Amino acid sequence: MDNANIKDVIYGINGPVVTVKNSRSFSMMEMVYVGEKKLVGEVIRMSKGETTIQVYEETTGLKPGDAVVGTGAAMNVVLGPGIMDNIFDGIERPLAAIENATGSVFISRGVSVPSLDEDKEWDVHITVKKGDMLSGGDIYATMPETRIIEHRCLVPPYISGEVTEIVSDGKYKLNDVVVAIKDQNGKKHELTLCQKWPIKTPRPVKEKLPADIPLITGQRVIDTLLPISKGGTAAIPGGFGAGKTMTQHQLAKWCDADIIVYIGCGERGNEMSQVLQEFKELIDPKSNRPMTDRTVLIANTSNMPVAAREASIYTGITLAEYYRDMGYHCAIMADSTSRWAEALREISGRLEEMPAEEGFPAYLPSRLSDFYERAGRVETLGGKQGSVTVIGAVSPQGADFSEPVTQNTKRFTRCFWALDKSLAYARHYPAINWMTSYSEYFTDLDPWFEKNQGKDFIEYRNKITAILQEENSLMEIVKLIGADVLPDDQKLIIETAKVIRVGFLQQNAFHKDDTFVPLEKQKLMMKTIIHLYEVSKSLIARSIPLSRIISLGLFDKLIKMKYDIPNSKLEMFADYEKEIDEALNTTLTAEFN
Amino acid sequence: MVLDYIGVKEINGSLIVLDGVKGAFNEEIVDIKLDNGTTRQGRIVQMDGERIVVQVFENTKGISLVNTKTRLIGKPMEMPLSKEIIGRILNGSGKPIDNLGDIYPQKMGNINGTPLNPVSRVYPKNYINTGISTIDTLITLIRGQKLPIFSGSGMKHNELAVQIVRQAKIADDDGKGFCVVFAAMGVKNDVADYFKRSFEDFGVMNRVVMLLNLANDPIIERILTPKCALTVAEYLAFEHDMQVLVIMTDMTSYAEALREFSSSKGEIPGRKGFPGYLYSDLASLYERAGMVKGSKGSVTQIPILTMPNDDITHPVPDLTGYITEGQIVLSRSLQGQGLYPPIDILPSLSRLMKDGIGEGYTRAEHQDLANQLFSSYAKVIDARSLASVIGAEELSAIDKKYLEFGDAFEKRFVNQSFTENRSIEQSLDLGWELLGILPKSELDRVDDAILDKFYKPFVD
Repeated sequence: MDNANIKDVIYGINGPVVTVKNSRSFSMMEMVYVGEKKLVGEVIRMSKGETTIQVYEETTGLKPGDAVVGTGAAMNVVLGPGIMDNIFDGIERPLAAIENATGSVFISRGVSVPSLDEDKEWDVHITVKKGDMLSGGDIYATMPETRIIEHRCLVPPYISGEVTEIVSDGKYKLNDVVVAIKDQNGKKHELTLCQKWPIKTPRPVKEKLPADIPLITGQRVIDTLLPISKGGTAAIPGGFGAGKTMTQHQLAKWCDADIIVYIGCGERGNEMSQVLQEFKELIDPKSNRPMTDRTVLIANTSNMPVAAREASIYTGITLAEYYRDMGYHCAIMADSTSRWAEALREISGRLEEMPAEEGFPAYLPSRLSDFYERAGRVETLGGKQGSVTVIGAVSPQGADFSEPVTQNTKRFTRCFWALDKSLAYARHYPAINWMTSYSEYFTDLDPWFEKNQGKDFIEYRNKITAILQEENSLMEIVKLIGADVLPDDQKLIIETAKVIRVGFLQQNAFHKDDTFVPLEKQKLMMKTIIHLYEVSKSLIARSIPLSRIISLGLFDKLIKMKYDIPNSKLEMFADYEKEIDEALNTTLTAEFN
Repeated sequence: MVLDYIGVKEINGSLIVLDGVKGAFNEEIVDIKLDNGTTRQGRIVQMDGERIVVQVFENTKGISLVNTKTRLIGKPMEMPLSKEIIGRILNGSGKPIDNLGDIYPQKMGNINGTPLNPVSRVYPKNYINTGISTIDTLITLIRGQKLPIFSGSGMKHNELAVQIVRQAKIADDDGKGFCVVFAAMGVKNDVADYFKRSFEDFGVMNRVVMLLNLANDPIIERILTPKCALTVAEYLAFEHDMQVLVIMTDMTSYAEALREFSSSKGEIPGRKGFPGYLYSDLASLYERAGMVKGSKGSVTQIPILTMPNDDITHPVPDLTGYITEGQIVLSRSLQGQGLYPPIDILPSLSRLMKDGIGEGYTRAEHQDLANQLFSSYAKVIDARSLASVIGAEELSAIDKKYLEFGDAFEKRFVNQSFTENRSIEQSLDLGWELLGILPKSELDRVDDAILDKFYKPFVD
């Protein structure tokens, strides 16, 4: 061991925070090893006399005088093949490999296992030849990582030059040199299948592109009323039991991103094992392969060390950015960002920093914005298009949306899918409240919808929104005096809104047809509901009582159409419309005879 | 080398500060010997060079700046573990208080535990039949789950917990692999006694480990109580393949003890004065439930907590709800109507339920029935609030039906006697029978095929 390093020893210990006196060998955000067990830590504050380190593992057993060794680099992750279909903790330690290495069901401290499998041989195809000029972000090798994901090795940003050596296609391991580059200064860079990247630095891109392609989720309330774009940001706030995790799971399963990064940040262990199991069993409809083939899980459960929880969000987004640079559309599910904010608060408290709102540190908003700004649809350095969509769950204390994490998240995200306790109590899932939620992507996305779904899609959506809005104001009256006193045309609004709420917005995640609904069907459902509404309205205008219309059972029939019309038989909608017309015509004729 | 340090530098609440200590390590246990011959234990919680801060488990009464000798043990907090621990009564820090002598350890267990590797967990799926209609049908308890009871002072949470223990068919048929770990934190002596008598009454006392930290016991010991209890539970479950049910009462007292300790340490307080790390701390307890690969055992937790002022947004129930897999919420108004168990089903939830019920576990239509009952009962509440404004007479015919359904649901489904053990078939059938009060068209959560099979209009 280097003698210069051994001089640095622990002075004080307080929970996960360790201090070192009079040291000059560290730099800010440097990764360090602490104590005999070489626990991983990070330098978070420096002053002339004292360096403060947060330790990513349990500090029991550390003592003053134990060595602290610097690594000379910031907290970083290894990027290379083997990330997909894997499960990591908050600092990219592979949990399955740890289980194999220790043979224990518990995570012991100071386990040193390489992040990615170094012994596995990959089927490498070299895509460059000698003499090619490469710059940062260019692809030099590809290999099938899983059955559906092709891994593309990228020249690290900031490196460019001429290819001087290549190997022939064949089987190589993670750390084998496959390409060498000579840069302008004549310096040789050897490229293996992997590279390292500091988690708190965004990976550079050529330019950010407008957010004008939607991320299709197959969830009606989102795709229709509150759409999000590829590269967009969304927050899902909700108290416990409101269905945040369920919504995140549904999005992870069905959204049309190529890669899913699922971050379980300070959440339940059993939930993670559920994700693991479910994703393995679930077959991706597009590729007919298990979901895990395109998913990476970051599991830092609530009882795992708090500092690693803080890092897990950055680890997740760095992995996503790496795949984005290969030209993939990635979606990150961060469940939950509140736990991450609390980790910040906890560490800030240990550092005895001056607290701002509710004990959170004053830099909470800037950290949140740093994170969400790493989302976006971009043109990569290599000239490809990719995106990172960030969907963050927020768990407000006491389901009170005025608390700092929710409020600050609201400022930096453009979709706000507010989960509502009373909807969840009535088991209306997804419990996204259509009145308090919003999406700022309409203007960006409307051209896309117009082009791909027709102008009427937007028209129906606006009508649906208007009916819901009107129902909302009518409900104020109904709460006071009951629905019976309303005139028939207002009652019709309430009845139609019920069809929309129960038959359209509410979606059954456990039903084989209803769990994912293509845009086509969403549009036809809206169309049928609006049709019934408009025909009924014209009948009421000709003084036919609403009770007569309702007794025809059409409203109930539309509520169940989400189950009754399979996704593969969309032509059935025409029959529905015909039935509506006929039934109402008969009523009309009967009335006038 | 064992060193004694004479005297202390500072005393503040349950904390003492020593200076000039060499070779100590974080979380190490120390023995503090007083002049009068008594010994207390403490734990190192903070260190700055040679200055250490020790948390004293009992209290600091009688300790002065000069009359103590402190000895470093050289170990973190451990407790003796052995299968013989079943049937014993321990104090909050895991020492026997039943005059049956020490526990001969087969193993020493670090009470702080180690986080379970998420990869090594087995996703819990086996449901536990508690014989209570509301729980079995609507908030199904799963083996390996952590399902707290949110209650308030004066409500019947203890009775409910006892009934669950008595009726839960958690073990194999012969009941061999079953045991209960009961941790009392800051509860009244009567409460602890009630549990003890109940366990004796139905003859399971020899399958129970009791850890008692009563209301007048030291608060620092209270912080250790659940940790010790869970260490015992993990040992029995994962090394002896037992089905362990852990009952912890009252988590609010635990959190308040933590707050007292935190403030005497001079930490920056968070919401309502609770320390900022309350979430992580509670999680380190609650997450010690579950099932793991390579073991047949399981740890199922039923923590009980009283919500101060029945406020579910108070930090303790709030943070608990974010960690646990659901909650059973008791309602004072139901209890006021003389209903038992007074479970308010709407805010109650079991997150693991969906995979542990249905075909092969309970009955195929279980989930649909549960959704429908929740949804219909939510409408009952709407109808009632409307009725309170305009009077029940003015309600529409359908709203009146809802009122009728609501009353019948509470009186017949929610309400059951303390000794009544309903089978899952009975509970599900009862649910369908009650839904018969409502017209078929109102049941929008259920597929028509299922409705045709189970729906029968209710006739008086």
